[in-house]
Amino acid sequence: MHWKSFADFLAMGQHGLYVWGSLLVMALLMLAEPLRLVNGRKTLIARLQRQIRAEQAEAGRNGAAATSTHEDAS
Amino acid sequence: MSKRLSNWFRYASPQTFYPLAGRMIPWFWALAAVFGVAGLTIGFLLAPTDAQQGEGYRIIFLHVPASWMSMFIYLVMAFWAGTGLAFNTRLSGMMASALAPTGALFAFLSLWTGALWGKPMWGTWWVWDARLTSELILLFLYIGFIALQAAIDDPRRADKAGAVLALVGVVNIPIIYFSVKWWNTLHQGASVSLTKAPSMAALMLWGMLLCALACWMYSIAVALMRVRMIMLERERHTDWVRQLLAERS
Repeated sequence: MHWKSFADFLAMGQHGLYVWGSLLVMALLMLAEPLRLVNGRKTLIARLQRQIRAEQAEAGRNGAAATSTHEDAS
Repeated sequence: MSKRLSNWFRYASPQTFYPLAGRMIPWFWALAAVFGVAGLTIGFLLAPTDAQQGEGYRIIFLHVPASWMSMFIYLVMAFWAGTGLAFNTRLSGMMASALAPTGALFAFLSLWTGALWGKPMWGTWWVWDARLTSELILLFLYIGFIALQAAIDDPRRADKAGAVLALVGVVNIPIIYFSVKWWNTLHQGASVSLTKAPSMAALMLWGMLLCALACWMYSIAVALMRVRMIMLERERHTDWVRQLLAERS
């Protein structure tokens, strides 16, 4: 271990602001990007499923009234 | 066509690549975490103080990996863009689009950590010197690529336009890399080069290489996540996506 104490570690030889400012922003952005992707994926899948349901409903109305073959996927 | 070659072409189809990518993502995340923890432990807890720069030099463990990735991702992106332009393969354009935001992220982080390193060492956040300016141009190239693709509705045309921009921009990469040799700049020379032994302590070098590996794994994981979304979006009218969406609901 290189450091004498935790305070020593935090101070980074008077360069704490710069070192921790770099690490913090890098860590935040590198967490935010994958989290956004996880969220975006959920939203995307929900949207595509809605679109497909809307298309199927449309097709059902336009097509011959009685024989709706697909069950409502929900 | 040999059997091996046809196997490779099989994975170039979104339908087969999508589940494969899904299986690979957790492994790349695990590797990114292992390399990241190891690299940061060495870099921030074990590595010795730098003789000239004191403790502030530790930004190197963030700055150098971010800068390397920003340049390397651009090369990979341009490679996929060029492949798509030449062979008109569907997956290539998707890969290029998936890489751009991550490349932009690393270009920004390179500039950010560079500014925070420059202030204590040079006394300034920013100078318009060759290395810094060409890295800023790299960030603009990424943003330009993303904006151009976003502005064109037809994905195949967006791919083509983006590919031309990406390929023209490749000229900037050697400029960034060699800028510290070609011009007198404030920026220090390469920390690690292929032609001579590294000028830094072994522990520092290991910390930096492990952090760089972590960024590599991170980039692959994130790009695979994004390319899977692009595949769903673009292939939404195909049977395989419809089936997949039906199974998930």
